[in-house]
Amino acid sequence: MKLVADGLAARRGNEMVFEGIGFALSAGQGMAVTGPNGAGKSTLLRVLAGFLRPAAGRATMVDAQGGVADIAAHAHFLSPLNAMKPALTVRENLAFWRAFGEARGATPEQALERVGLRHAIDVPFSDLSTGQRRRAAIARLFVNHRPVWLLDEPTSGLDARAEATFASIVADHLTGGGIVIAATHLPIDVPGMKKLRFTDGGDQ
Amino acid sequence: MIALIVRDVRLGVRAGGGALIGILFYLAVVTVAPFAMGPDLNLLARIGPAILWTGALLASLLGLERLFQIDHEDGALDLLVIARHETPLALTVFAKCVAHWLVTGLPLVLVTPLLGLLLNMDATAIGATALTLLVGTPAITFIGAAGAAVAVSLPRGGLLVSVIILPFTIPVLIFGVMATLGATETFAPFLQPFTFLAALTLFFAVLGPFAAALALKGLQD
Repeated sequence: MKLVADGLAARRGNEMVFEGIGFALSAGQGMAVTGPNGAGKSTLLRVLAGFLRPAAGRATMVDAQGGVADIAAHAHFLSPLNAMKPALTVRENLAFWRAFGEARGATPEQALERVGLRHAIDVPFSDLSTGQRRRAAIARLFVNHRPVWLLDEPTSGLDARAEATFASIVADHLTGGGIVIAATHLPIDVPGMKKLRFTDGGDQ
Repeated sequence: MIALIVRDVRLGVRAGGGALIGILFYLAVVTVAPFAMGPDLNLLARIGPAILWTGALLASLLGLERLFQIDHEDGALDLLVIARHETPLALTVFAKCVAHWLVTGLPLVLVTPLLGLLLNMDATAIGATALTLLVGTPAITFIGAAGAAVAVSLPRGGLLVSVIILPFTIPVLIFGVMATLGATETFAPFLQPFTFLAALTLFFAVLGPFAAALALKGLQD
């Protein structure tokens, strides 16, 4: 299973955000996308997830037999928004996403254990702090098995310890044969991650 | 899909407001009408079904813009869209409509007998109105889904949703009132308008979610 992007370009209004982006990630490889605000990191992730149509080029999953599939069919998408309902408890939120998706993975208990939030399982999501909310959102990645993780500013709001935990979570996912693309303005500390750096001009 | 219905019903009940506002609005419309019409009891009984249907229609329009907006604001809509390879988007929309109707539409049907008494309607007329509302109001939700999907990214799209979908709800209103009339009057048929009403609901149950799914997919481009 490989994620291949070829000659990707995206447009925002009449302006090109980036063009000529190409990379290939095979199972177990990760890539950190860095760059200043507005350089196009989030746009790249939204193009990869299929929310935005690229102005040129394409990005697809290619399996060992050369079959092509949408990235969206295999991907978790973690946006800066947490996609959790404030009125429901953390357990109810995670149980919903687990039941809604296929390839069920960890139970809410196990997933929260991974992010160190087991104690807050029956707390309404609205009562969590910013960092805890982010960790609960990260726990969602475990409740369904999807090989590709598209992460948009995954560590925003996390403290140093939670960031270290998150780095180990990403490293574990890569060891398990997953693919991770993370857009951050602070580099995450995972050995062996490829790097894609946007500058203000918009290119590598 | 079941999980989505359960979650949305739970949200609708727990977050409060949504269902109750619809009922209060329905109550307001129906109780104000007799004051405007005057104290003629026979007149009230005759136009009662029409008043109930109009009130229920307007009350159903009220909460429709929230159908996708909350999910849009907290990022959940992105995840529902990205999961379309597992659960087709039209099916997701259908589930959301069912949940929305259970929370906002069904309560309107349930309070209808009570409001019917206020309009001096007899048992047959009340029963027929409740029955036609039960069959007809889902159609309004399904039509509304398409309007809500188009207006989801607009900050104050509520009125726009109502304006977009109102023309499509007119046939539902016509056949709903006609069937109720058929149940109470001997000169009018009941079965034909009633089956038309059921057909409209089934038709929009398919068309609405597909149109909404198309709009949601195009939303991002």
